Amino acid sequence: MIKLKVDGVEIEVPQGATVLQACEIAGKEIPRFCYHERLSIAGNCRMCLVEMDKSAKPVASCAMPAANGQVIYTNTELVKKAREGVMEFLLINHPLDCPICDQGGECDLQDQSMKYGVDKSRYQLNKRSVKEKYMGPLIKTVMTRCIHCTRCIRFASEVAGVPDLGTTGRGENMEITTYLEKTLDSELSANVIDLCPVGALTSKPYAFEARPWELTKTESIDVMDAVGSNIRVDTKGWEVKRVLPRLNEEINEEWISDKTRYACDGLSKNRIDKPYIKVNEKLEACSWEQAFDFIIKNTKDLSGDKVFGVVGDLIDAESMYMFQKFLNTSFKSNNIDFRQTNLFINPSHKANYLFNTTLARLPEADLVVLVGSNPRLEAPIVNIWIRKAYLARKTKVYSIGDNFDLTYPHENVGITHSAIAEILNKKGKIYESLKTSKKPVFIIGESALSANGEYILETIKKILKESNSLNENWNGLNILHQKASSVGAIYLNLMKENFLEKLNDDNNKLVYLLGADHVKLSKKNQFIIYQGSHGGLNSKIADVVLPGAAYTEKKGIYVNTEGRVQSANKATFPPGDAKEDWKIFRALSEKFNNLIDINTHEILRENLFKDFPIFKNFNEIPQLTYENLEIKNINASNNNIKINEIDFYFSNIIAASSKTMNECKIAKQVLLKTGTDN
Amino acid sequence: MLQDKDRIFTNLYGDFGRDIVSAKSRGDWKDTAALIAKGKDWIINEVKLSELRGRGGAGFPTGMKWSFAPKEIKPGRPHYLIINADESEPGTCKDRDIIRFEPQKLIEGCLIASYAIGANTCYIYIRGEYFNESKILQEAINEAYKEGLIGKNACGTGFDLDIHIHLGAGAYICGEETALIESIEGNKGQPRLKPPFPALVGLYGCPTIVNNVETIAVVPTILKRGGKWFASFGRAKNTGTKIFCISGNVNNPCNVEEEMGIPLKELIEKHAGGVVGGWENLQAVIPGGSSMPVLSKKICDTIKMDFDSLVEVQSGLGTAGVVVIDKSQDIVKCFARIARFYKHESCGQCTPCREGTGWMWRMLERINKGDADVQEIDMLMDVTKQIEGHTICAFGEGASWPVQGLLRHFRGEIEQRLTFKNKKIA
Repeated sequence: MIKLKVDGVEIEVPQGATVLQACEIAGKEIPRFCYHERLSIAGNCRMCLVEMDKSAKPVASCAMPAANGQVIYTNTELVKKAREGVMEFLLINHPLDCPICDQGGECDLQDQSMKYGVDKSRYQLNKRSVKEKYMGPLIKTVMTRCIHCTRCIRFASEVAGVPDLGTTGRGENMEITTYLEKTLDSELSANVIDLCPVGALTSKPYAFEARPWELTKTESIDVMDAVGSNIRVDTKGWEVKRVLPRLNEEINEEWISDKTRYACDGLSKNRIDKPYIKVNEKLEACSWEQAFDFIIKNTKDLSGDKVFGVVGDLIDAESMYMFQKFLNTSFKSNNIDFRQTNLFINPSHKANYLFNTTLARLPEADLVVLVGSNPRLEAPIVNIWIRKAYLARKTKVYSIGDNFDLTYPHENVGITHSAIAEILNKKGKIYESLKTSKKPVFIIGESALSANGEYILETIKKILKESNSLNENWNGLNILHQKASSVGAIYLNLMKENFLEKLNDDNNKLVYLLGADHVKLSKKNQFIIYQGSHGGLNSKIADVVLPGAAYTEKKGIYVNTEGRVQSANKATFPPGDAKEDWKIFRALSEKFNNLIDINTHEILRENLFKDFPIFKNFNEIPQLTYENLEIKNINASNNNIKINEIDFYFSNIIAASSKTMNECKIAKQVLLKTGTDN
Repeated sequence: MLQDKDRIFTNLYGDFGRDIVSAKSRGDWKDTAALIAKGKDWIINEVKLSELRGRGGAGFPTGMKWSFAPKEIKPGRPHYLIINADESEPGTCKDRDIIRFEPQKLIEGCLIASYAIGANTCYIYIRGEYFNESKILQEAINEAYKEGLIGKNACGTGFDLDIHIHLGAGAYICGEETALIESIEGNKGQPRLKPPFPALVGLYGCPTIVNNVETIAVVPTILKRGGKWFASFGRAKNTGTKIFCISGNVNNPCNVEEEMGIPLKELIEKHAGGVVGGWENLQAVIPGGSSMPVLSKKICDTIKMDFDSLVEVQSGLGTAGVVVIDKSQDIVKCFARIARFYKHESCGQCTPCREGTGWMWRMLERINKGDADVQEIDMLMDVTKQIEGHTICAFGEGASWPVQGLLRHFRGEIEQRLTFKNKKIA
């Protein structure tokens, strides 16, 4: 610990802290623009100047390491004068366009100029104007407002790992640019909007939509991938205006992916807001009563094995629980599965299907092997954590599966299952690295588990066991799920053997789709009910369509890929006649004379907790013991690991309905053009 | 006045050849191996005894700088010596002539300094405009390699040294040591934050010592003739000889090696043929390159040219680029031009310098035209104070000091100009 004095108060700070951090510990607020906890130190805004004993000049506190015996003053006349001077310099070329600037109300420069600014400008010359730069469909630039803090540059090159941003020119003519005026090639690009302390980089889709003080803010959880990023949903009236990240040190820190942030405009498009029934091969709007009667009429003699429930990718635990209960009581069926495509899951032990290393411990890893997974597209937040490991200790990253572009150096070692057998046989590059590795990490993607996934899972368990990395101290076995509902569904045990084959056989049956858009159905003798928020392929072929609620419109529990239980809140309400899903099941059960007597969401949660106590442990990662973790011997097969094509911007029904995501997809296609392809 | 026998740069005017044979005949590379054999500690100690201060402008004691380099060389973290030949300060041209006419002195100094700090690689960062000089220097390096004076087993000492030349691309700021390091690394020339200082974390993150050309070029002679000999010139802490670059309104602009602490008047009259139109025609002198505050004639009458004397009159020796301005010059116009230079060369990294240099220049232009209020003089002073000391590197001082000097000594003239103009308008 280092001892120093800040404004006469003696404090202790940990080794490696900066003077700015020391001042914060002492409870002194230091103004800053360029400094950011999660980025490297630039020290260029000069706003954080403080006075230090034995230093003639004021020092930039963000860049000065704290040292024993330092005496710091944060509120002297010299400091005040220096900060006012810097503020004046920042303002002389900053336009006075706050009334038409989207940053207004949440602008660092605005806030700090209230404290350090002078009310009258001494600068009487013309202000500098800078040309706008194109940075893609998400980032609106007004570069005249830029104060050159370089946070965006540092974010792009350090966290996102795409060194696409930089400066050109020098002195007054310095400009922040993407050099070639192209889209920022990152799934995390829009985070620079949050980082920008002024209105230079603002949100293009949200431009002129609302002022921050008009918005209702609701803390919630993201469902675009299985990471469970913590978000804040900002609504104005009914409409979700924007989604912002919320700090969670163990999951998303303060970043979110572009999809998480901008798929929200899909919430107001393509919505199912009325029940529909199929009359003469055409879906027609109707009332809830008519829809329910139609269901009862057509499912009279269907029950047990003839009833199938498919759970979609954005569904919360409560809805799944009610769905399960409803099919159990009204149809005596337990035929529910969340796996819309082939996916091997071994639910016998939690370690078999969770991201056991946990995200926050990923940077400790000294070897990362990606098995059939492209984390950049499957979960951009996970990719940040892997990149952190690479930055911290030059962690070697190998991938098994087709080659793809990541934001750190990685080596592809083949696409066959034999690449994994090779490690077990103590051969090959990965084994060589594994020998010296103390904390290896294997990340198994859904693609790897789709064909003979059991072999992959069990072999990797064996490999990890042999290198002593499958225990309480370090568990290198990780399954990277792609769907927000997956782990919750496994917790609820919503899995059935050979479900998908039976679903598409010729027998007469009822198929109840709860927001399941990805499952492939060939319409034969099925009676299909689609309950969900958005219209998609499966709602088109359904016989009954029931309007449900999207993730911002209901309170719900989501379990992320680490097994962490989190609760999302209701930011707005379902549109039109749409209802929260659990209410629909309750109403249906009444119609079927098998009333599930749950009348409020609180009672629903109580029931859920009683039946599945695991959901009670909010924000915790399950503590596992490994004595009874079984490792099986599975015969090798010569399958290939083919990474399922991931359409990042269209991966779920909400994103696919979003105009912004569509623009992103087009921009990405333009970016990939080489100039020689016609 | 310095006697010829005490001159270090005996070929400063190119009267003799610059090739290695001529250089050797003048005493270069004599007993270099013996000097090195005396060991690092002896070399550093001797340089400390000489009280040599860096000739690049800041005047930091060279021996002390060398002693900051870690004693042990850790594996994977080699030490580097960088010679700063990015001589861009207006009014300064000493390094150019050293490279032109005395390149072997520099190369010999590189070997000794590299040995003292434990560096096996030395970079000479030379400004891009010195293209011909870089060719001369490369030839000299090739000659030294051929003679086995540098390279593997340099001078038979068992010590290896490679010298590389790196050409700059014309940015003034790359003369700042950390910006120079960034530039060698291939990045945009922008100064780094200090601490950590380059002596611990410098080029490629390794311990690096950056010295001016002149500083390194005088080291061999200091060691050969003894630190005490060098310290016998000038006064305590302001010792030795120094190359002064005299330019501007003098009859005979020149580079001259003189004793530290020589009176300015003597320097100009003896070596530069006096001020054009006589000493009484003198208006002002910039004593140390354009970034040092200007001196009024009254100060020039008596001032001695060394570090501390000039600090006492709120100026500095800088690079010893003496710019003489006579009464025929428009002093405000001169300084508006200097301000424009600094506005153009600001790297743009930190706020006060990026925004302030342009403001100062524009204000001076207006004052020059008489298109400003008298009150704005105080505002201009205030702006210079807001830049000074608040920036990452010393460029902030370099840009604001000339303006402060102008306002300090020529305020009366400016006021006169502004009131005259205002009256005319009224």
